[in-house]
Amino acid sequence: MGHAVHPWLTIVGLLVGAVAFGFTPLALAWLWARVFSPNKPGAEKNATYECGLESKGDSWTGFGASYYIYAIVFLVFDVEAVFLLPFAVAFTGLSLGACLAMLVFLLLLVEGLVWAYGKNVLTWA
Amino acid sequence: MADELKDLKIELSKNGIFTTTLEELYNWGRKNSVWPLTFGLACCAIEMIATTMARYDLARFGAEVFRPSPRQADLIIVSGTVTKKMAPQVVRLYNQMPEPKYVIAMGACAISGGPFRDGYNVLKGIDRYIPVDVHIPGCPPRPEALIHAFMTLQKKIDEQALAGSTRPRHLQKDLPSEFPVPAFGEHGLEPPQNNDVFHEAAGNPLKVIQ
Repeated sequence: MGHAVHPWLTIVGLLVGAVAFGFTPLALAWLWARVFSPNKPGAEKNATYECGLESKGDSWTGFGASYYIYAIVFLVFDVEAVFLLPFAVAFTGLSLGACLAMLVFLLLLVEGLVWAYGKNVLTWA
Repeated sequence: MADELKDLKIELSKNGIFTTTLEELYNWGRKNSVWPLTFGLACCAIEMIATTMARYDLARFGAEVFRPSPRQADLIIVSGTVTKKMAPQVVRLYNQMPEPKYVIAMGACAISGGPFRDGYNVLKGIDRYIPVDVHIPGCPPRPEALIHAFMTLQKKIDEQALAGSTRPRHLQKDLPSEFPVPAFGEHGLEPPQNNDVFHEAAGNPLKVIQ
């Protein structure tokens, strides 16, 4: 007997097996598609799928930047609730530093709320 | 020669030796994994949906995976009345499917226009524009009829040769995978039919009226 087998060698063997297990079907499918199946592209076939209708226009359309207001208000109300709940539960056990950090966080959120209030986005239409 | 091979195969199987050909294996795989397109047109579609549900269970034939995109579908079941407004979309969806692709025309409307045949707005059978593999009569056909059509299609797939002059359309490079999409004209669809696909039966009592 020579040297003892390296303990990681089994893992390497399994790794190679796992990769081969995944890639062999893919390679076979690729081979089949490239070599055996006839390639028949066409204008209709390669067109964008729109439930059978002809697609119109470009898919690269802009999104309205005015939606940022919803993002900010969402952050203020939703993220605030998510962090306030654990803050309230752990309040009695918190150190002064943690409490101050949380208050700074709250200040930032309240700042956003005041800004949104000042911008008059909290009123219904 | 083919009969001799078949006899030899039977002889071998009697002795516990299983033999097959690449063609048989390939077609066996194909016929048991036909994925239809999620696509329904009228009341026949309700029967088609019932066929896929637990009572009739189309999954037994490997065809329960209705694909929401033509890119992944092998079969389009034209289930219901094809109006002239819908026909271009049906042909376009068929064009967007990769080959090999198959068509089942389900119900009286899809095969001939059915009770709406004389309607100004109804196509008199989808076989005017795309090649139909299996026609099912009925109004609407029961799920058993659709399953029968499905088994007929499976048989058809099973018998397709991979090579030679009788090989199916998808293996012939020069044959197109797309069919012309009809357009709206002054008097219905133009052209009224694709003459490469549509062959009127001799002595057809229902004359072609567009």
